[in-house]
Amino acid sequence: MDARRESEPTPMTNHTTVERKSERELVIKRTFYAPARIVFEAWTKPELLKRWWVPKSAGLSLLSCEMDVRVGGRYRLEFGHEASKSMAFFGKYIEVTPHSRLVWTNEESDDGPVTTVTFEETSGKTLLVLHELYPSKGALDVAIAGMEDGMPESFAQLDELLVALSARH
Amino acid sequence: MVQCRSTRFDAPFAALSDATRRGVLEQLGRADASITDLAEKFHMTLTGMQKHVGVLEQAGLVTTEKVGRVRTCKLGLRRLEEEAAWIEGYRQLWDARFDELDKVVEELKRKEKVDGRKKRK
Repeated sequence: MDARRESEPTPMTNHTTVERKSERELVIKRTFYAPARIVFEAWTKPELLKRWWVPKSAGLSLLSCEMDVRVGGRYRLEFGHEASKSMAFFGKYIEVTPHSRLVWTNEESDDGPVTTVTFEETSGKTLLVLHELYPSKGALDVAIAGMEDGMPESFAQLDELLVALSARH
Repeated sequence: MVQCRSTRFDAPFAALSDATRRGVLEQLGRADASITDLAEKFHMTLTGMQKHVGVLEQAGLVTTEKVGRVRTCKLGLRRLEEEAAWIEGYRQLWDARFDELDKVVEELKRKEKVDGRKKRK
C-alpha cells in the first residue's frame, strides 16, 4: 500500500484523525509531506507557530505567542479579539528532543492534560502524533463537555428545558 | 481560577437543576437500574422517581425499557452522541490548523531547496 502511495503525486488535502484512546487520552494524527526537521521547526519557532496555530475559521486571533522551547522553558499563548478579553494558555516544556519529540504541560487549569507530540519520519514524510493525557477520566469528560463552543449553549438550552418540564410537574 | 474551575465542573450537570436527577444520572453511569431500585436508593416514592426519570427521558439523558413488569433505566444516547460530536469538532479544529501548518511546511521546504542550491554554488 505504501509503495503504491509513494508513486502517486502528493495529495493536496490530507487526513487528520482524532481518537479517544482511553478514559484519559486523546490521540490526534496527521501525515506531513516533509522531513521531520521541517515540521519540528514549524512547532518550535514562535514566528512560524503563530502562522498556523489559530486557523482563520476559529474567528480568533493570536494576540501574543511566547515560547522558550527547552526543558523547563515556559510558553504562553494569548487569544482573543482584543487584549482586555483574551484567553491565555500556558505551561512549560518538560521534554524537547530535536526533530522527534516535544512534551509540555497545560497549566491554565488544574485539569489540563500533558501534551506529547512525536514526529516520525519515513521516506521523507512525517507522521505527527499528538497525544493528550488528562489527569483523570473526569478531567477529559469535563473538557469534552465544556470546551466545544456549541456545548455550553446546548447545555444551557437543555437546562431551560428541564426547568420548564419540572415546573409543569 | 476557582470560579473558572467550578464552571467547568458544573457544565455537564448544568443540564440538571435537581440534585436527585443528578444522582440518578451518576447512578446509571455505574449500572442500569429499575425505577424501583432508584426509588429505594433515593428514598422516594415510585411515583416521585417516575417523574424524575420522565424528565431525564424527555431530555434524552436516559432511556427506559419495560420488560415484563420492570422498567429498566439506562443512560441515554445523548451523552455518547455529544462526545462523538465534540470529537468531530475537535478534529475539524486540528484539521484546519494542520492545513495552515501544511502551507508553512511547504514554504520551509521550498526555502530549504533554494538555500541548498545557493550553498552548492
